[in-house]
Amino acid sequence: MKKLIAALLLSVVPAVAFASGGDVHLDHANVDLRDQASLQRGAKLFAEYCMGCHSLKYARYERVGNDIGLSADEVKRDLMPAGGKIGDLMKTSMSAADSEKYFGTVVPDLTLVARLRGEDWVYTYLRSFYLDDKRPFGVNNVVFPDVGMPHVLAGLQGLQKAVFKEEKDKDGNPHKVFEKLEQVSPGKLSAGEYDAAVRDLTAYLAYMAEPMKLERQSLGVKVMLFLVLFFILAYLLKKEYWKDVH
Amino acid sequence: MATQETNTTGLLGWIDERFPLTKVWNEHLAQYYAPKNFNFWYFFGSLAMLVLVMQIVTGIWLAMNYKPSAEDAFASVEYIMRDVDWGWLIRYLHSTGASAFFVVVYLHMFRGLMYGSYRKPRELLWIIGMVIYVAMMATAFFGYLLPWGQMSYWGAQVIVNLFASIPFGIGEPLSTWIRGDYVISDVTLNRFFAFHFLVPFILAALVFVHIVALHKVGSNNPDGIEIKKGPKGNRWSPTAPADGIPFHPYYSVKDIAGVVGFFILFLAVVFFLPDFFGYFLETPNFEPANPLKTPVHIAPVWYFTPFYAMLRAVPSFAGTQVWGVLVMGAALVILFFLPWLDRSPVKSIRYKGPIFKVAIAIFVVSFVVLGYLGTQPATPLATLLAQIFTALYFLFFLLMPVYSKLDKTKPVPERVTQ
Repeated sequence: MKKLIAALLLSVVPAVAFASGGDVHLDHANVDLRDQASLQRGAKLFAEYCMGCHSLKYARYERVGNDIGLSADEVKRDLMPAGGKIGDLMKTSMSAADSEKYFGTVVPDLTLVARLRGEDWVYTYLRSFYLDDKRPFGVNNVVFPDVGMPHVLAGLQGLQKAVFKEEKDKDGNPHKVFEKLEQVSPGKLSAGEYDAAVRDLTAYLAYMAEPMKLERQSLGVKVMLFLVLFFILAYLLKKEYWKDVH
Repeated sequence: MATQETNTTGLLGWIDERFPLTKVWNEHLAQYYAPKNFNFWYFFGSLAMLVLVMQIVTGIWLAMNYKPSAEDAFASVEYIMRDVDWGWLIRYLHSTGASAFFVVVYLHMFRGLMYGSYRKPRELLWIIGMVIYVAMMATAFFGYLLPWGQMSYWGAQVIVNLFASIPFGIGEPLSTWIRGDYVISDVTLNRFFAFHFLVPFILAALVFVHIVALHKVGSNNPDGIEIKKGPKGNRWSPTAPADGIPFHPYYSVKDIAGVVGFFILFLAVVFFLPDFFGYFLETPNFEPANPLKTPVHIAPVWYFTPFYAMLRAVPSFAGTQVWGVLVMGAALVILFFLPWLDRSPVKSIRYKGPIFKVAIAIFVVSFVVLGYLGTQPATPLATLLAQIFTALYFLFFLLMPVYSKLDKTKPVPERVTQ
């Protein structure tokens, strides 16, 4: 029986490793959905650097503006392509056929990416591009190996190289293991500023994946308070009725 | 059951002359005598009904904005989440409600198992309940495809492919007939939506039949004593069982507290943890179905995973995988025979001996471990464990006729205990 329990516990180990998103360490995104300034900066970054290829096609400009505290005029000026309507879905102008041609794959919609892959994944991924001559755009990614995406934020971050160390596997064959990223050339932002910018972008995508999250939580608190009060009354009512049952 | 004469006047009198309203009210609520010693475990029947109603109501409202087409389904769910007023709440109530339904029904079934509620004269009541459980599983299976996410799609693909394992040239055409296509497609989605809308109403009808059967034989109780066979006469009626109390108002007010307690837990999930760590809303379903991209790891929703683990635990031999499907089916079918497997002279676990207590503990552990293993990738170790616990699951039932007779039981008291 003890062996069985041990075996059972062991079987949990790979599951835990799997749940954390493979063998890559993910940094903590630590986003704050209440920080509207951060969401607004993220929205502008997205419109400037991402929207050319990636859509947010389940969301509408108007709702996003209302939620993150931008006026209709600001949304039109900063987030929308010219000639769009404020009630439009946030589609990209690039067609699926073009995206296949340019990147060899359909560029994914990112409305739900923060729920699909997790906020920490998005945050780490955008900071993990490194130089790799073998890739068509000259960069690879530690979090998403052989990703088809170029490092569109290279102008902000600069370029990094990956440092690998040799390790031997169980059979004694050497193989490369990722160790760390090293800055090769600077970008417009310092490392700290770049992390902050990516955090803004991640916060925006976290908002995007579940725009009603804050509303649901604040409503939830009120509902819980009501129910606890209701439960006390319901319990007292039950006690009153049951006084004569022996 | 003897009902007191009804002498109603006015509007109620007018109705009672034409429809037995007061009679039904009395027979099933105000003069329906339930044992007075129900405990915590007796909340789950009424809670299951509550969840069914909630699922039907939220389901109808979702159907007002959902589009059952491969092209639009995923986007229409996001439309409900973002653009429909309170759509996110209705959707989370429904998705959490599906899991809550199984939680509540599993606890309801476990109550029956503990207190022998399936024993004579409640065999048919148990069987109707089992039919309800199977209908629930069907409804959940059909509904799971509708959001048209990656796991919806591939989960349905795997389950429908089970039918393809049936030999003699029946399997392949049968699975194609179920899908209406060679793969899960728009055609499949359309018919699954139709069934997902229909079966809950059949479920509601079955629940009605379940309650008719219950009120014919009367409720069991934690002591497993037939209160109808005990002494007669209580404060309300000289002919009613002495250990019975009117369902209304005693259990109606008690159930209100139960309902509120349930809502505290249920709505805490809805408002604070609607994904429930990827168990109620599975992470791969935040990506639309892609027939060209098979996920690395396909697992059904948690309430099916014990059976899924059994399915995977059985190796294929004689050139077919049908054995796993048969074992999975047998795991359900064997539950129907429970009333005739238990040969113990007593009903309730309170008066059963140590063998039954150990057996039921092993059974619970097996079911939970199988449920866990069903969520995990099939490693050799996991498969071995699944085989062991599948065997234990079946042994609980198959050996029951033997151990329930051997077990040392305690004497059952004349009257219910508090």
